[in-house]
Amino acid sequence: MKTQLTGKDRWRAERYAVNPERDALFTTISGEPVEPLYTEDDLPADLDAEIGLPGEFPYTRGVYPSMYRGRLWTVRQFAGFGTAEETNERFRYLLDHGQHGLSTAFDMPSLMGHDSDHAKAEGEVGREGVAIDTPDDMETLFRGIPMGEVSTSMTINAPAAVMLAFYVVAAERQGVPAEQLAGTIQTDILKEYIAQKEWCFPVDPAMRLVTDMIEYCAARMPRWHPVSISGYHIREAGSTAQQELAFTLKDGFTYVEEAIARGLDVDDFAPRLSFFFNAHIDFFEEIAKLRAARRIWARELRDTYGAKSERSLLMRCHVQTAGVSLTAQQPLNNIARTTVEALAAVLGGTQSLHTNSYDEALALPTEEAVRVAMRTQQVIAEETGVTSTIDPLGGSYLVEALTDRMEEAAYGYFAKIDELGGMVEAIKQNYPQREIADASFTYQREVDSGRRIVVGVNGYTEGGEGQIETLRIDAALERKQMGRLEAVRARRDTEELDRTLSELREAAAGDVNLMNPLIECARAQASEGEIVESLQRVFGTYTETPVF
Amino acid sequence: MPADAETSRESETSERAAGKKIRVVVAKPGLDGHDRGAKIIARALRDAGMEVIYTGLHQTPEQIVETVLQEDADAVGLSILSGAHMTLVPKISRLLEEQDADDVVLVVGGTIPQDDISELKALGVAEIFTPGSSVKEIVDYIRGAVRAV
Repeated sequence: MKTQLTGKDRWRAERYAVNPERDALFTTISGEPVEPLYTEDDLPADLDAEIGLPGEFPYTRGVYPSMYRGRLWTVRQFAGFGTAEETNERFRYLLDHGQHGLSTAFDMPSLMGHDSDHAKAEGEVGREGVAIDTPDDMETLFRGIPMGEVSTSMTINAPAAVMLAFYVVAAERQGVPAEQLAGTIQTDILKEYIAQKEWCFPVDPAMRLVTDMIEYCAARMPRWHPVSISGYHIREAGSTAQQELAFTLKDGFTYVEEAIARGLDVDDFAPRLSFFFNAHIDFFEEIAKLRAARRIWARELRDTYGAKSERSLLMRCHVQTAGVSLTAQQPLNNIARTTVEALAAVLGGTQSLHTNSYDEALALPTEEAVRVAMRTQQVIAEETGVTSTIDPLGGSYLVEALTDRMEEAAYGYFAKIDELGGMVEAIKQNYPQREIADASFTYQREVDSGRRIVVGVNGYTEGGEGQIETLRIDAALERKQMGRLEAVRARRDTEELDRTLSELREAAAGDVNLMNPLIECARAQASEGEIVESLQRVFGTYTETPVF
Repeated sequence: MPADAETSRESETSERAAGKKIRVVVAKPGLDGHDRGAKIIARALRDAGMEVIYTGLHQTPEQIVETVLQEDADAVGLSILSGAHMTLVPKISRLLEEQDADDVVLVVGGTIPQDDISELKALGVAEIFTPGSSVKEIVDYIRGAVRAV
């Protein structure tokens, strides 16, 4: 018996299939197939319950009732290079040009817990971010900036507890107590083992440090976000949007479980957990990712972890456009890419945003490139009208269908990770690392075969693809930073230093919270490397078995 | 390097010409963790039939050169995105020379500004691949350069 086709199926058979499709990939950048048309048939059965209303469970449509009609997102550009003095100047420039909060990029030695005079630091000091070796450097970084008023984000993970101690001590010197400090420190060590690969200690003691910070901030720093659970770097390492979403949320659940196991009440710390996602170039997929993230987080916090406070359920996030989508060829095209990505972040309901500069596939950005990136956000905010309506894509057949599929994919990964014994175990077994390596290889094959076009790279090329002026970091900055470090070493009280470092080691060998001993070390002007090496004597170090 | 090692290296060169597997070390010098490119290249070289040794992250120049010697590699590919290439690459090139291993094909991939490329080539880098280079281009280059040694 021949069944009567209805709706979309009829249209597809009678109308759509009659004309041939272009010879192109109709999949998202993550490899998800996309239909030519979405209709009411693709919406979830209970749409109202799945998406709710803005500021109401499950927060699919936004964490706040008024969203951008109440307050625009925070423009938060990540900056840092050279010594604390150079970055302090860039910070003041950004604040003078309409930026609301600061965001600190550290150099590689600082991220790895090495002082600037460590053998492995050679050639890397101040290159990819600012070199911070001592609390004095931190004090210089914020010179002339009222630490009690500005909100600061610090992108550092393995030695995050040390940097937080430096920040607290630098604020003390400005007369600002820790209680008043507002900001975020990334601290997300799980994604380091998964993707970004900046580590100091083995996984288990590293997890203890994260939980120490959550516990300390819950008690002493009510305005501070001790962890920013980050998918950004997972995506930059080549993951799909689905992997980014799933691994990030699973990392978040793992921190929640550890803190609960420590005896904390979920509502005492969950409101201070925040998130950091990537906005890649596949527009609707990215919007769906952010919407799905809010819904999953709210549901799991309430139903699995027993959160009672509404504030614990809100997945608030920072978004950065995709560095990995930028091309070195025809670099001005990156302005268009960043604009589309930023718009996806806004339509996805982000709380703050960093837009990349067009020259970042080549070098750290010039001041002009940074200005264009910031102005891109201001154009979206002030001129396009997209901020006038909350979640303008809510109810879109496509976006709701993609949001559901995102959620499904995330739960698929959660189940696999649970089978392996949870995220910490999965990482030790290289599971997420291997998934990401596979995804990035698949994508590269699509580009190499010409099936996926990247403008200026494997299509629309011109030859000699556009030279632009880039920022050069003066090699003399490395010597200058070593001079700063030597000066601190020469003037501090070495007895006090030795005492605090030895107390830190004792504390590390036991099970007390390490934040107070770390702050004592910072007051005694211990350097980052000295503190990290002291902890490594107790905790050991980490070596990856790489998979490719 | 002792004299007999020198002769064994020569005999391997002729074996290579006879179609032995090319041995490549893919290395990540420096402190940055950007290993997406290194892993893609390692896998593509392996899929192209080469023996690939990936060092993993955060390697010092000394560690990399030691791996090259121990693995008796025909080529070494350095992936650098940290901006430290003008410190690290010359050091690796010099160490290879000191170990009489300057016949090993040295290639570099990463965010290398145009101005630095000619300087690095003068220091013994055979080829430099900047962002957007295709995997095939890199595989073909290494195969050709090793056969030509």
